[in-house]
Amino acid sequence: MKTILFIEDEAVMQKAVSEFLGARGYNVISALDGELGVNIALKKSPDLILLDIILPKKNGFEVLKELKGNEQTKSIPTIVLTNLSQTGDVSKVMEFGVTTYLVKSDQALKDILDVVQKTIGSPS
Amino acid sequence: MNKIIKEIISQLDIVGQCRKYNVPLKQCPQFLFLMMGSAIIISTIATYLIGIRYNGDPEMVALIVIGLTTMLLALSFVIVRSFEQLAEISRLKTEFINIVSHQIRSPLTNLKWIVEILMSGILGKTENKQEEYFKILKENLERMQKLVSELLTMSRIEATKFVLKREEFSMENLTRDLVAEFTPIAKSSNIKLEMSTGPNLPKVWGDPFQVLQVLENLLYNAVRYIGFASESDRGGKGKVVVRLYHKGDYVYCEVQDNGIGIPKDDQKYIFQKFFRAENVRRYQTSGSGLGLYICKSIIERSGGKMGFSSCEGSGTTFWFKLPVAPETKNTKPNRNQ
Repeated sequence: MKTILFIEDEAVMQKAVSEFLGARGYNVISALDGELGVNIALKKSPDLILLDIILPKKNGFEVLKELKGNEQTKSIPTIVLTNLSQTGDVSKVMEFGVTTYLVKSDQALKDILDVVQKTIGSPS
Repeated sequence: MNKIIKEIISQLDIVGQCRKYNVPLKQCPQFLFLMMGSAIIISTIATYLIGIRYNGDPEMVALIVIGLTTMLLALSFVIVRSFEQLAEISRLKTEFINIVSHQIRSPLTNLKWIVEILMSGILGKTENKQEEYFKILKENLERMQKLVSELLTMSRIEATKFVLKREEFSMENLTRDLVAEFTPIAKSSNIKLEMSTGPNLPKVWGDPFQVLQVLENLLYNAVRYIGFASESDRGGKGKVVVRLYHKGDYVYCEVQDNGIGIPKDDQKYIFQKFFRAENVRRYQTSGSGLGLYICKSIIERSGGKMGFSSCEGSGTTFWFKLPVAPETKNTKPNRNQ
């Protein structure tokens, strides 16, 4: 079963995404802040990381810097899922080699599922 | 001529003008300018009269002139301060909208996703009646999201934080894809959607994502406003035509409909924010009145222009033009208008 790490401080969003992707067969691990997210990524080496930008303890940019600078985690595909939608934020994220940037409010859960499937394939 | 006179009279209504800003009279620029103008006239006459009276004493005249100039300077300072205060209020308002919109976005997304989960059947099968209410909930959430997103865009435009990408793209491909997407929507409302393109259309220079929003908005309005007109009023079936052509250094895009049109008196306000034409309000209470304001801002910030022609009851044609991409500028125009 493929594992997805979802780093997001909003509990309701965590619940919704975990429920939806979980029902499709993915194993979703939650991290409610950036620091915890980095620790889990290092310990569990997930198949995919879904990352918010505005986060407590370490923000999304700091998380990306750490993950992309570490041999163990740098090749894990990362999808940024945030409500920041200005061109400057998008380019800053792209500098870390992230290819998918999704604005939460524009996405339905099935859109997120589509992107996840395209990135890491089916759950098993 | 009547219009000009009315305009002058409305400008002279200082109290009415000041009421618009919702500030006390002593902080209202129009009132202060009137005071300043009167002070200049009175002081000029006073200086002249005093000058005649004391023409044998130039020092006295100089002293009076200095005194009056100092008074005018103080008055100018008050006027500038009142403008600063108005600008600050405007900035705070923009910031307020920005913060509130951002804060509303997250709970709205939460609600949207929860409704999606409930509708997906993951948590168990739903009854038809429940389904119906979930649908209403979903539609209203989408409406709120659109409004929040438009408010955010407006606040960014006002704060000049609205950054557009600049890249070469094909207006033809963008339009074709969008028209294909809109065709089933138009069909379901019994509207014929057509697209015509001039040959060898050059690529344009701008932000394809934002231009797509503009065209989407225009198509959405066209389809919606045809829906408001009865078939007998519009003389048959509803029709929307999207035209693309090249003229000079620009690629033009027109969206023509045979909908309810825009009343003549409302036409000058159509690109103003929060404005909704009187005949539209009769059919639909929702809508922020920000769509066309945002569209025009996007097009103008991309180096283009936007306009329209309309006749109430017969339909409207909105058009915009975007600059041809620098690399393809040498392509010859295909159509002249």
